[in-house]
Amino acid sequence: MARVIPPARPRKLAKVPFVELADGRLQGVVSSGSDIERVYVSSVGAGTFAYACSTNNNRPCGGARGGFCNHIRTLVNEAVLQYGAERVARYLRVETEGEPSAQTLTTSMTGARPPRGDTAAAAPVFSRFLRHLAYLELAPTTGPLPEMQWFPPTRAVA
Amino acid sequence: MVPADQGGGLMRTDLLAETVDGVDEAMAAVDAFDKALVVGLLRPHAVLTTGLTELAGAVAGTPLAARVAEAAEKAAAGAASEDHFVALAAARTALVGSVHDALTARVEEATGRARAEESGAAPAGRQAGNLLAAARSWLSDLARGGWQGIDHEVVSGAAPVVSAMLPDPELRRAATVLDGFAAELAACCPGSTLERVPVRRWADLWSRAMILTVPGAADVPVTGTATGRLLPLGVDVQEHATAVQAQVHAVFEPADGAAPRLVRASVSVPKPDTVVGAGLWQLLRPHMSLLAAVSEGRSMDLTDMPLTAGGDLVWSDERARTGKPADAFATARVAMSTATAAATAPLDRHPARIAAPVFLEGYDAQQGDEGLTFTLAGHGLAVDTDRIPAAGPLTPEAVAASVACIGLLRWDAGAFTVQPLAVETLVRKKPAAIHAGAWAGGTSDKAGVKAEKAATDAGAVLRERAGRLLRK
Repeated sequence: MARVIPPARPRKLAKVPFVELADGRLQGVVSSGSDIERVYVSSVGAGTFAYACSTNNNRPCGGARGGFCNHIRTLVNEAVLQYGAERVARYLRVETEGEPSAQTLTTSMTGARPPRGDTAAAAPVFSRFLRHLAYLELAPTTGPLPEMQWFPPTRAVA
Repeated sequence: MVPADQGGGLMRTDLLAETVDGVDEAMAAVDAFDKALVVGLLRPHAVLTTGLTELAGAVAGTPLAARVAEAAEKAAAGAASEDHFVALAAARTALVGSVHDALTARVEEATGRARAEESGAAPAGRQAGNLLAAARSWLSDLARGGWQGIDHEVVSGAAPVVSAMLPDPELRRAATVLDGFAAELAACCPGSTLERVPVRRWADLWSRAMILTVPGAADVPVTGTATGRLLPLGVDVQEHATAVQAQVHAVFEPADGAAPRLVRASVSVPKPDTVVGAGLWQLLRPHMSLLAAVSEGRSMDLTDMPLTAGGDLVWSDERARTGKPADAFATARVAMSTATAAATAPLDRHPARIAAPVFLEGYDAQQGDEGLTFTLAGHGLAVDTDRIPAAGPLTPEAVAASVACIGLLRWDAGAFTVQPLAVETLVRKKPAAIHAGAWAGGTSDKAGVKAEKAATDAGAVLRERAGRLLRK
């Protein structure tokens, strides 16, 4: 009966409105620090740590040439807040010395000299973000949903 | 003061501890079939043959016999069509339905509660067939590959179907279970390296979803209206990453003097996964005035509120007025003991659906390695404190220190448990009530205000981003 995935932990969303562990990547959307209209789509691949960062209009991020840019570092920090360092480490298959944390995860991944990944994933990630936002627009219902009985709350955290 | 009629004192916990005849046998057939879903129904395999034979054998004496036997034969040969998968899901649903019935009869015996007459209202069936067919096709792909065969490609097939279904209220029920199920599968990909498969859980969700792809199966026919006084007992919350539902359990006293009934009122909404905690109440609150009444400890007066045969009020704020103060513990002690429970809608019969309001007091609360137990008249009842929502003042510690409890009697992992909705603890020898759903309508509690503020900020960021990026 117990749910398989614990709920996301609350975090401030201003810097990174969207983060997910999906499609074999840690991926998400990072707000630009300078332009409110611009967002960066950043990702790190599981196992390879191949990294990519570009704007939603597919312009490459200047910071992500020789390694993780600040957007990717921020993304890792927020993913750890939302899912817990343990789950992020397991998904990305990162080995850290001792307890994983955002810092040890980043150090371990950059230490492996990861390759630059393909920015082609930016479009689907961005569309997943838009799909995520679209959930805010859906109307509530007062008809019963009996299947929600399979999704009890849990006090366990991610 | 001790009330004259202690309804809860009558609870027969001894009956809850005894085995229920036939349950193990029915669940053995279910488990055998569930193992087949682990390996997948794509090609013949010994596990399939056993599972399908047991499932078909278990329903051999029922009207489903012929269709299920045919489906089992085809599936064992790796040649099942989508209709065959529906037949198998129906057989499994019928079996767990029979378990539900046996357990519910036991709950009625233990609580001394009568059940209302069943009503044979048939669903109308007018849902968008093509989206349901798409959902069925995705579920069939899952069954063919088995849980061991899930990968991102197969699982992501649900996303476009769910996105198209969610906006349609008629399809919301199916969409919500598909969405939660798909997210769970995605988090467990690839299935080939999965250490522990939640075998029964995923088979439950798969069969539920499969049955809901039959047009009309998700309909909840309204069979009457409710006019009278609604006395809330407490709030049960359910959530997955992208949906939340709050259900208020209450005693309804009809204005015409008919016997009081146990009813539920639900409100649900899809949500982004980052809306959590108090944010859930913020999404639900504007759509059901009853949540505010619960927080304020008030009754509500209903006029012609639609009511289903299963005891669900289909809430609309226009048909409800806030009434006089009503203490949930007074309701539980007095009004609840004479209220009848509605019969569960035929397709909803499943042990996971059992959530019978109960009132307990005079127990001995003990914290053990396995969790908290209430011992009543020498029999222990496990307390499921994990189900208490985080965004509320009720804590497992308060439950452990309590002297009276309003809860939901549930069946989980082969045993009855009680989920606390509210407790009374003694503060300087005076009873003080703490409700799990106290923050549903808003709160002035210090911790609550802080949680509300964080949730408001998160919601504001998402709405700002949506406003800027969504309509381009």
